[in-house]
Amino acid sequence: MHIPDGYLSPATCAALYCGSAPFWYVALNRMKRALNTQMVPLLSVFAAFSFIIMMFNLPLPGGTTGHAAGIAIAAIVLGPWGAILSISVALIIQALLFGDGGITAIGANCFNMAIAGSLVAYAVYRLISGRAALDARRRVIAAGVAGYVAINVSALLAAIEFGIQPALFHDASGTPLYAPYPLHIAVPAMMIGHLTIAGIAEAVLSAGAVAYLQRADPSLLKTTAPGASGSAAIETGWGRTRPLWIALAVLLVLTPLGILAAGSAWGEWAPEDFGNAQARKQIAAASHDQAPPTSAPAGLQRLSTFWTAPLPRYAPAFLKSAAFGYLLSAMAGTGVIVLLFTSASWLTSRLRR
Amino acid sequence: MIGHQHTRGGFIERTLASLIAIAEYSANAEALVERGGVLQRVDPRVKLAGLLALIVAVAASRRLAVIGFVFAASLLLGLLSGIRLGMLAGLIWVPVLLFSGVLAVPALFLTPGPEWAPYITYPGIRAAAFLISRGGTAATISAVLVLTTPWPHLLKALRSLGLPVVLVVILGMTYRYIFAILQTALDMFESRKSRTVGTFAPNERRRIATAVVGALLSRSFQMSNDVHQAMLSRGFRGEVYLLDDFTATRADWCWAGLFAGSAALAFWLGR
Repeated sequence: MHIPDGYLSPATCAALYCGSAPFWYVALNRMKRALNTQMVPLLSVFAAFSFIIMMFNLPLPGGTTGHAAGIAIAAIVLGPWGAILSISVALIIQALLFGDGGITAIGANCFNMAIAGSLVAYAVYRLISGRAALDARRRVIAAGVAGYVAINVSALLAAIEFGIQPALFHDASGTPLYAPYPLHIAVPAMMIGHLTIAGIAEAVLSAGAVAYLQRADPSLLKTTAPGASGSAAIETGWGRTRPLWIALAVLLVLTPLGILAAGSAWGEWAPEDFGNAQARKQIAAASHDQAPPTSAPAGLQRLSTFWTAPLPRYAPAFLKSAAFGYLLSAMAGTGVIVLLFTSASWLTSRLRR
Repeated sequence: MIGHQHTRGGFIERTLASLIAIAEYSANAEALVERGGVLQRVDPRVKLAGLLALIVAVAASRRLAVIGFVFAASLLLGLLSGIRLGMLAGLIWVPVLLFSGVLAVPALFLTPGPEWAPYITYPGIRAAAFLISRGGTAATISAVLVLTTPWPHLLKALRSLGLPVVLVVILGMTYRYIFAILQTALDMFESRKSRTVGTFAPNERRRIATAVVGALLSRSFQMSNDVHQAMLSRGFRGEVYLLDDFTATRADWCWAGLFAGSAALAFWLGR
């Protein structure tokens, strides 16, 4: 992941230095305002910590080991701006003193890992952890996912930077002057390793460190957990079920996608389908080419009129739009179910008293 | 290019080897800096600006011969400054060859163009040569700079090139605390190793490694609070000052001219 000198053209390196500069500027100002005299020692020690954990060899599932970059754990403990600065400092020292990553590529490496990585890790962590308690298991999962996504976004950016080099920088004979592989080779080559080993290493490190801090020093998790209580008290009401309601709303909106499905569901045929040539073809195709009976079975014919649905085939007669009909049917159906269960719940609680 | 050496053994041994490699590299660099040599006598500001200009010239060059010439010049400077070939080979060239070589080999076959041998194309050979020679030369120049300049001097030189003073101080303190945290990490792994008989299950190994990271994080914060208190007690109020005590001699100006001329020539010839 640490891009060495010579893989990116000077123009790409300069562009990524320029792209990183505003983030460094904002991060430095924000940290100065927030921490005042504490900024220098905190960032220095944390950058040293980031440097050291990049050397750790983590045992991974499957018996292999891998190095992590510690992006997510930095973003979780320090917040995104502190993480940007501390990881950048660690990367600068790695490049200047230890030759890990090129000097001309410092801007690129900082942009990919310190800036994009930290911001993505922070966003994913906050999104998944929500307002969960500091010691909630959800925070461990959020940290693992944040680490995995962040390292893969960083790798994807590096792969794109590699992949655009041959098209933009080549000599008269077409020889690539820098990274020689185009996007369709660079992206899979880079991502295979990161989607598997490096991503898992980052997820293991982030989740494991958060799990440890929950037990040993939960105060370190407070920076990125506004509104979280200290312990996992059982939430009730709207707070507990909010994700379920949101998921339900998303599913409702997506119901018109059902129109895209070709043919009809096997076994859900109407009596008139047996007399319709096109429907008969579909029934035969879905039944291993077994020809359906020429007319609807007598039992089916008789029972089909037993009950007439108020919204037949999710398409109320008064609506012209099929998509809106699906949506309305979904809302009506969900509303009836919610009403039934709410009534049952109310009734049960009354009976218990 | 250090810190990713793999040794046989469990994850504790491998991590210990990585951490010890950092300490060894740093100790070697500090010992070399104290030796007399050509570049050790040059003003760090001149050295930093000159060698960075050469790195950029190498990155911009479209001719392999120019990159080869700059590589030879930086090698000569390194040798005149007391850097042994074996050290450069072990620290720089072997890792560059391993890393860039693995990446460059497929380019021999995948780069389209007229064939030099079955499946190997001329543009492929040139693309691979660019990748390896640029990486190797830039890494050699970086090593020559770092192995002949004390870190505090390098930081002051960065300040004179326009890096914000607060960033220079953070870089300096980070370098110092890398070794403090390194020692803590080594102690934690050593103590775990000394109490271990037999082998751990994979889950347990992962739990130990991540617990060490968490404990190290917690201790780092305690350390930063202690350092902050110590700084406050010594009168730190958030303002940072550096003593700029470099004075360029006539010889330094000659070196500046030599570096500027070489970099400009490399830029011009490498167009």
